[in-house]
Amino acid sequence: MDIKNLTIISALEDLRSKKITAVDLVEACLENIRKHNQDYNVLLTVEDDDKLIKQAREADATDHSSPLSGIPIVVKDMFSTKNLRTTAASKVLENYTPKYESTVTRKLKEAGAIIIGKANQDAWAHGATGENSDFEPTRNAIGTDTGGSIRVPASYNNLVGLKPTYGRVSRYGVVAMASSLDTMAHVTKNVTDSAHILNITAGADPYDATSIKTDPEDYLKSLTREDLKGVKIGLSPDFKMATLDKKLVKKIDESLKLFEKLGGKIIEVPLPHTPESVETYYILVPSEISSNLARYDGIRYGNGRSHFGAEAKRRIMIGTYSLSSGYYDAYYKAAQKVRTLIIKDFTSAFEHVDVIFAPVAPVLPYKIGEKVNDPLTLYLMDIYTSPVNLSGLPSLALPAGFVDDLPVGIQIIGPPLSESRLFSIGNAYEKQ
Amino acid sequence: MAKIQTLSTDEVKHVAKLANLSFDSEDLQKYLPQLSAILDFVGKLQEIDTKNIPATSQVTGLENIFREDEVDATRMLSQEDALSNAKETHNGFFKVPAIFE
Repeated sequence: MDIKNLTIISALEDLRSKKITAVDLVEACLENIRKHNQDYNVLLTVEDDDKLIKQAREADATDHSSPLSGIPIVVKDMFSTKNLRTTAASKVLENYTPKYESTVTRKLKEAGAIIIGKANQDAWAHGATGENSDFEPTRNAIGTDTGGSIRVPASYNNLVGLKPTYGRVSRYGVVAMASSLDTMAHVTKNVTDSAHILNITAGADPYDATSIKTDPEDYLKSLTREDLKGVKIGLSPDFKMATLDKKLVKKIDESLKLFEKLGGKIIEVPLPHTPESVETYYILVPSEISSNLARYDGIRYGNGRSHFGAEAKRRIMIGTYSLSSGYYDAYYKAAQKVRTLIIKDFTSAFEHVDVIFAPVAPVLPYKIGEKVNDPLTLYLMDIYTSPVNLSGLPSLALPAGFVDDLPVGIQIIGPPLSESRLFSIGNAYEKQ
Repeated sequence: MAKIQTLSTDEVKHVAKLANLSFDSEDLQKYLPQLSAILDFVGKLQEIDTKNIPATSQVTGLENIFREDEVDATRMLSQEDALSNAKETHNGFFKVPAIFE
């Protein structure tokens, strides 16, 4: 069967009306994996075929009333999955099999989802490009977004990516990168599926003290808007539009015009400190990384510290330097203060607008290896995404069309806990 | 405030020691210019006036989250599970490198 055009919601309808079975879905995914995974290396670990078919049969024995009954899902290899290898795509953890389950994967499983396997990524999720693959076997993927690593892959694959408010989804059982920025995010084919997944993953968790106590909303109820009349959309001249690849400018403008056509009002808002987001990000994140990765000593699990790859070593070194005596004030503390200024910029902007519009990535998708030897150019990839993570805000990445046959994405950023607003606006935009 | 400077080999060695990483001389050749370039880049932040601006360490606004001091048995690993990923164990314990000669 062809699963390319199925969304989560449409697959659920077909399962409930018995047009298809969960076994069909799982077999189609496994077939794709057999055909393509060797070439694209999308999945680092695939769950045992027999176990998957057994889970699918069990789902088919029900009336598929569970919210994700029989739906195949891939999770980035940052999520601890009980008795299924979890490597964070690092040689340090190449043989690590968790004995407990992350909150997000537990919730997905309880909702009936079938976790097909663990997706490749940059090691320890250090980078925005690791998932730059044109092939995703299920197109439903759950991952982490610390500086854009869900929104960028979504945009580079013409898909929808949601980075929720920091703390909206539990971090428990997820390999930590930068604890004050890490957000559990997801990629789906459309806005409805994205809202449906957040309905399952969102919520307070006693195992994550930074999770938000406010009850989540029913995000599917937000998808009623047909137009954007009365919606104030912020556009910042400081968002360094100048760094945007010229090829993208026209496409991004077209997308903005669409928001206007739907009735949205474009209002210019200053975000004067966002141009410094990348510098701030690349001090704070490596600092938190150096602290989080200090635990990997190869004694209780995993391999020793000589197994870290080049980028992890670079980040550990930069972070250790920033936190070391004599440099702490000049680097780490200075960055924490600029973080305050960036957050204030957004807070002031949201006094005037409902959401802020921005591109996702400054350049078109590129070939694997093209930029890997140039860490600084890669860091600048995060120019539009990192200020959002530093501020803990939610952002919805949406497809904006194609340039040179390559997909382009835009994002709408909202104040804390405005996920419903983002879905509602995104849904109206998507219908155009 | 420390001035931005290109790293010296000795500084890289010192930071590596703090981070418990080891670099051979070939690695040092490779990482030194990269780390210097990154530090020069992020060091630009020092030009921003942040006098009297408070530092942000987290964005939730939450303070002091408490829980009852009770054992949560659902979250406990058995000794066997806890040791299952260790390369070396001894009589049900993790085996660690000796500290004393």
